[in-house]
Amino acid sequence: MPAVQETIDRVKEIDVDQYKYGFETIIEMEKAPKGLNEDIIRFISAKKEEPEWMLEWRLDAYRRWLTMQEPDWARVSYPKIDFNDIYYYAAPKSNEAPKSLDEVDPEILKTYEKLGIPLREQEMLAGIAPENRVAVDAVFDSVSVATTFKKELAEAGVIFCSISEAVREYPELVQKYLGTVVPKSDNYYAALNSAVFTDGSFVYVPPGVRCPMELSTYFRINEKNTGQFERTLIIADEGAYVSYLEGCTAPQRDENQLHAAVVELVTLDEAEIKYSTVQNWYPGDAQGKGGIYNFVTKRGDCRGKNSVITWTQVETGSAITWKYPSCILRGDGSRGEFYSIAVSNGRQQIDSGTKMIHLGKNTTSRIISKGISAGHSENTYRGLVSAHRKASNSRNFTNCDSLLIGNNCGAHTVPYIESKNASAVFEHEATTSKISEDQLFYCMQRGLDEEEAVALIVNGFVKDVLQKLPMEFAVEAQKLISISLEGSVG
Amino acid sequence: MLEIKNLVVEIEGTRILNGLDLTVNNGEIAAIMGPNGSGKSTLSYVVAGKEEYEVLDGEIILDGQNVLEMEPSERAAAGVFLAFQYPLEIPGVATMTFLKAALNAQRKSRGEAELTTPDFIKRVNAAAQQLEIPKDMLKRALNVGFSGGEKKRMEILQMALLEPRFCILDETDSGLDIDALRIAAEGVNALRSPDRSFLVITHYQRLLNYIVPDSVHVMAGGKIVKSGGKELALELEANGYADYKAQEAA
Repeated sequence: MPAVQETIDRVKEIDVDQYKYGFETIIEMEKAPKGLNEDIIRFISAKKEEPEWMLEWRLDAYRRWLTMQEPDWARVSYPKIDFNDIYYYAAPKSNEAPKSLDEVDPEILKTYEKLGIPLREQEMLAGIAPENRVAVDAVFDSVSVATTFKKELAEAGVIFCSISEAVREYPELVQKYLGTVVPKSDNYYAALNSAVFTDGSFVYVPPGVRCPMELSTYFRINEKNTGQFERTLIIADEGAYVSYLEGCTAPQRDENQLHAAVVELVTLDEAEIKYSTVQNWYPGDAQGKGGIYNFVTKRGDCRGKNSVITWTQVETGSAITWKYPSCILRGDGSRGEFYSIAVSNGRQQIDSGTKMIHLGKNTTSRIISKGISAGHSENTYRGLVSAHRKASNSRNFTNCDSLLIGNNCGAHTVPYIESKNASAVFEHEATTSKISEDQLFYCMQRGLDEEEAVALIVNGFVKDVLQKLPMEFAVEAQKLISISLEGSVG
Repeated sequence: MLEIKNLVVEIEGTRILNGLDLTVNNGEIAAIMGPNGSGKSTLSYVVAGKEEYEVLDGEIILDGQNVLEMEPSERAAAGVFLAFQYPLEIPGVATMTFLKAALNAQRKSRGEAELTTPDFIKRVNAAAQQLEIPKDMLKRALNVGFSGGEKKRMEILQMALLEPRFCILDETDSGLDIDALRIAAEGVNALRSPDRSFLVITHYQRLLNYIVPDSVHVMAGGKIVKSGGKELALELEANGYADYKAQEAA
């Protein structure tokens, strides 16, 4: 129970402004001119010193994007985005890429320290057992500013670097896998990302290797009017295992900012990837002003037999979330899992869920989704479970629970189930409940105040999913949830 | 000591309590009996501070403090405990977790240090043992899937742990078989002390064979219509509430 207490203490510390990551780092930046055209894409590609094939790939994606329509089927509403009013590239000004942390701008190091992400290895090592270490790739606006523990990881054969570096240093791996899970023209935002992606992480775990530490990327949008388009590619070769964490924050601004990422995961035979996200982009103020538009395509391909991909996400931020981390269960006997906690408050709108596409025989999937809506927010779970004709004996279990706090919010569940194989067994359970006045009164009669009572009940509601998160993330997530719900009662 | 003076309460425009007076002294066990709909449960909710009741007049004073001005959690910290007639389920929250949160919230509110985990566990286990509550029940989500008897025993366990000054038992005997009733009553009797008082709400005299009251009050039409010693309960058991209902109608 200490975590709950800590949550409450933390909530109390934060008085007026609930969003503690809303500060801005003042630093000289280099930006591409505003707007989007082929020259901007050439500019980005040149900045990244990319080979010709990469530029061609981007331009092809851009041309496809121009022919596509922005999707409107999600249960979210927002004013039309002017894609020419956005900066597509912003990087801390320096003549050369930093070779070591000593060359990284101290302001940036301070920023990450403030966010609780120390980048100096010696600081991270203090008092931490090797198995609990976390290697971090820090992405600041459009560029990766530091990747830690590279040497130790290299000794194990694991490649962990920024995607820009991977394009230059490991072109054969990138070419082999990039766009094979989320094709360039998969959807509107994925095409946009393919054209203008600026940075993100690349992970390759060679056959039979269990990655010796957790890997993590910490995304920070700092610059005004700048979109963040990160691209992450993770490959677990045969029998490999890796656990990857992603965290995100942004300063508090009146304007909306766009974040359109693409994440691709590939597992070969007997491999496993665990991908966890704690998403805490700035959600906008109580009136719905500002906040990040989070339009993200995340997909994993269980390409090999008996491989496993697990998505775990805690979504508390963003003004609008449009995100469906999915699994293609291609390999026979492969398994996909999706555990999600989505918290919306204020004027936030979430349309999120997953897709489990069963292609191989004896494939299994599991979906546990917990949506919590408060304030005037709208929270939709949208999920697809499908079985291909060849997916004999595939199984899915889905459980979607929604919890409402107050009378002005909405929770919606939109499940799609398609089966073309008679031996497939799909189960779907869904509940919607409200924190009842009676429950609150009962807790308060025992001495908890109203906020404590809500925190306790919500923690009980999300417990199944929190248990799936890596330990230190679980504690962080628990705090986040309570902070997000501050002021949601009454 | 709890003093209720001229309490007038409405819910959604319907008057439930109609000038109720009642004093319960330190160390006293007061029983309230009365027909259905006489306002017994309302009285317990109003003392504990449930929101939807509108107090139009009167006062509730606990040890000199005006309870009506306090939030439910503050009343709890000041020593008011209500054993619910229908205890609520809190899914996903282990009973142990709930107990610790409640105890520490009250201690904190009184400016006392939090209990250390070993001390806490020791206390819970001692109370659980007395109430014949198995340890694995403490690991389960609070009241979820508990039988009626288990829920009521859990209420008494919470009472024992939180050490309140003023305990209200709202029909704790309903839904209990004779063994469970005995265990719950023994739990309550073990908590009797010169500086703790009890308000025992019940329909039946049966409970009062186990928890022997110092005073018995008959409630009808939203007020106390008769008070007496423990023999009054026996009289009610023999004659029923007919006299009082007639009074109410008149």
